[in-house]
Amino acid sequence: MSKKNQNPALLFEGSDWDFDILKSTYDAIEDIALNELKLDVYANQVEVITSEQMLDAYSSIGMPLMYHHWSFGKRFVRDDVMYRKGYQGLAYEIVINSNPCISYIMEENGMVMQALVMAHAAFGHNHFFKNNYLFKQWTDAEGILDYLQFAKRYIAQCEDRFGFDAVERIIDAAHALMDQGVNRYSHPEKPDWQQEAQRDRDRARYEDETYNDLWRTLPQAGTDAEDADETRRRLRAEERRAKLGLPEENLLYFLEKNAPGLGNWEREIVRIVRNIGQYFYPQKQTKVMNEGCACYVHYHIMNALYDRGQITEGAMMEFIDYHSRVVFQADFDDRRYSGFNPYALGFAMMQDIHRICVDPTDEDRHWFPDMAGNNRPYDTLKDAWAHYRDESFILQYLSPKLMRDMKMFMIDDAASSPHLEVAAIHDDAGYRKVRRTLARMHDISVREPDLQVVDVDLNGNRQLIIQHTQHDGIRLEKSEAEMTLGYIGRLWGYGVTLQAVDNESGEILHEMHYQPDDSQVA
Amino acid sequence: MIHIIDRRKNPKGKSLGNRQRFMRRAKEQIKKAVENTIRHRGITDVSKGDQITIPQKSLHEPGFHHSRTGGERQYVLPGNKDFVPGDRIARPDGGSGSGGSNASPDGDGEDEFQFALTRDEFLDLFFEELELPDLLKKTLKQTTAFRHARAGFSTDGSPSNLNLVRTMRHSMARRIGLRRPKTDHVRDLEHQLAALQALADATPSGKIPVSDEEKRHALLAEIEDAKRRMRAIPFIDPIDTRYNQFRQIPDPNTQAVMFCLMDVSGSMSEQMKELAKRFFMLLHLFLHRRYDHVDVVFIRHTSRASEVDEETFFYSRETGGTIVSTALEEMKKVLADRYPTDQWNIYAAQASDGDNYSNDGNKCVSLLTADLLPKCQYYAYIEIVDEREAEIFSSAEGKSALWKSYVPLTRSHPHFALKRVARAGDIFPVFRELFGKDRSKSGTTAGART
Repeated sequence: MSKKNQNPALLFEGSDWDFDILKSTYDAIEDIALNELKLDVYANQVEVITSEQMLDAYSSIGMPLMYHHWSFGKRFVRDDVMYRKGYQGLAYEIVINSNPCISYIMEENGMVMQALVMAHAAFGHNHFFKNNYLFKQWTDAEGILDYLQFAKRYIAQCEDRFGFDAVERIIDAAHALMDQGVNRYSHPEKPDWQQEAQRDRDRARYEDETYNDLWRTLPQAGTDAEDADETRRRLRAEERRAKLGLPEENLLYFLEKNAPGLGNWEREIVRIVRNIGQYFYPQKQTKVMNEGCACYVHYHIMNALYDRGQITEGAMMEFIDYHSRVVFQADFDDRRYSGFNPYALGFAMMQDIHRICVDPTDEDRHWFPDMAGNNRPYDTLKDAWAHYRDESFILQYLSPKLMRDMKMFMIDDAASSPHLEVAAIHDDAGYRKVRRTLARMHDISVREPDLQVVDVDLNGNRQLIIQHTQHDGIRLEKSEAEMTLGYIGRLWGYGVTLQAVDNESGEILHEMHYQPDDSQVA
Repeated sequence: MIHIIDRRKNPKGKSLGNRQRFMRRAKEQIKKAVENTIRHRGITDVSKGDQITIPQKSLHEPGFHHSRTGGERQYVLPGNKDFVPGDRIARPDGGSGSGGSNASPDGDGEDEFQFALTRDEFLDLFFEELELPDLLKKTLKQTTAFRHARAGFSTDGSPSNLNLVRTMRHSMARRIGLRRPKTDHVRDLEHQLAALQALADATPSGKIPVSDEEKRHALLAEIEDAKRRMRAIPFIDPIDTRYNQFRQIPDPNTQAVMFCLMDVSGSMSEQMKELAKRFFMLLHLFLHRRYDHVDVVFIRHTSRASEVDEETFFYSRETGGTIVSTALEEMKKVLADRYPTDQWNIYAAQASDGDNYSNDGNKCVSLLTADLLPKCQYYAYIEIVDEREAEIFSSAEGKSALWKSYVPLTRSHPHFALKRVARAGDIFPVFRELFGKDRSKSGTTAGART
């Protein structure tokens, strides 16, 4: 017994842990999270895993179960090398947006880290998942694990039936379009694995029941004779587009529903990839907020634990070391700089909001009259966590003080000019400009190219026409686009044209074509 | 409420399926990379699984992304030092160092992809499509060798195979089941009887009380009964005995011996020996993949031949003339002494610079045809030539004495092959050619090409 152990409240000492310590620490954290911060969370499930298992989970995009694909293997072998050679540490934790909320913690970590991770993942992320409107609307925390189970089994069955190559062909293509496989504006129905499986069975049964060999003998429908009338042709085209629901921004959805050559199982695989892409869509839009929320929560919980005398000074020092490494932001001219660190920006903003609520300056009162000095920091933050995504959150809450603290400045980068120009800095004239630009940088609809299926000639050569609306003269990465176009062609089975259209003038800037060679036509 | 679950015992390697799919996908590139590595790697660490690098291209996962250059962009950076609005900054070249406004989403920019192969994966790829000549024939022929393998227990057998533990277990069960009195129990009763008797003897009257008398009778009866039962129920009964059973299992011969023959006369330079060594190591590694046990016999020769250890074989110097047949004689002797053909798969590789004592050629050929080749699975002759002389030797006139005498053998013996090696880079291709699946074809062309 060490002398320090006089304090009965102390949860743990040193870095060793066992399941009893985990449990009692969790209880202490839970007490602060629920009673002090008043968080609203899914039931928690904390799973202890080894570093090998962490590597496994890592490479299948953080999900505990996932279908097999070589690209996950590629990530695995790379991470494996990086980890073993010590170039790269492993994530401290993985948390899954599911109900119950599953967090993984690693066996190798010391107790301080375990406490930090539980506070961060099991309460911070968990609260965010449960309350943010995007997650509520777009993802189904209840059903995701069942759905993944279904997906994994389904794809394994397909591999058995149709061979690795056939399945890989489809998954490769679908993966390339994953970012274009989300509905940005209308939110989708939540996938239900039972329904999916049932639908697949129904489809197969329907085909069996209605199979008639006679159809095979029918002559091919000839293409319609040239419509003489120009207006009639235009009307027909419009009708056709309306029928197909064009324009359609969800390329995967369009291909799944309309690609002529795909078999049912191939459509189902495309659907699986699309659903998983959709599931991750909110995470991409809320990186700063999500991490900010989790960091804020763990920071407050660890401090509260310390204030209550439940952790030692040494543990606190260790925590601060981890914490400050996580929320480190390198300057733009630093070698370590690789964009804004979402942890740093998020955490700084959360802390700043807290400060504005409790201890505002005149400037804050002027900029944030609603919340400055309201003394309800937790409510204010929870409201922000629930109703914003990164872009709107930054636009709403980034304060002049934080811009000054982080010394943000804005650059105008026009390809036509030989120089970069500093357009605004952290001063009165520049705050709004800087804030607007930073918000735009976090807007996924700006970051990702704007692509839509606009037309297809179903009676003619079945050429699929996809439009890229080009903003500010920023083009697509050419070689990437060409390859991806090939993948679209693989799913579509016929030619594909990609048109770049200027968003202001509407004129077609350039085109890219893909024609399948005969062997590729399914 | 919380569940803490210990998943550490769950199987790891969930990504194995993914890894295999990845290997399948990148197989061509990986194979190429493996061959490249081998060419530049010391032969001693050939068998280590190692890091290999393959071009990223085939593994690229494309997607629609914004180009990093061009257009009009605005972005915010942290850490302003002394800029004021209107400042102009020279555009950093390359673009990669600048901005970060449009960093690619996954940061996947590298051209090459590096990862580690396990030792087994490496060797599988390394020896892919290589085959041991005559392996099949030999294993079929070798069903003559048998091995004893346990095959459970039986109720009869020879006493030497008696399984004591099992037998005693059954015996004990039977004894307990039939209530056979224990020896200790009987002895105990006898002691009591003796004590009673002693008591009676000690009483001066010599008369035993009635109660003791009854007790004595009861004891006597009990002892009688117990002894009867012990006789009736034997300690070990034939139905208790269990015997170990063995079965003869045909055992395909999985041992091989590899003969390394090398000319160490003065004409062989260190580099030439190094080349020969590489070939031998490769062969050794290859045999190890196929056989449980591989013996290596090193025979070096000048004008005399002797069996030596590896160190001496490769590194010690010796001078003298060159008589190849001495080495073959030595090999024949070792074969006869230690390696009967029905138990060993025999492989031989001979390395030489082709010099031979002028009258020795015929003797070599007759030794080979009569004694050695019929016993060998495979016999490879590697002629090591100086790099500078490689050109000259490729013409028909430039053939060495030994080569000339060996060439006719390739026609009559398909498992005899000869190859010429000039530089380290040749080793693996030559090896592949010798052991590649269409070996018979390449073997004859090698002969014909000369």
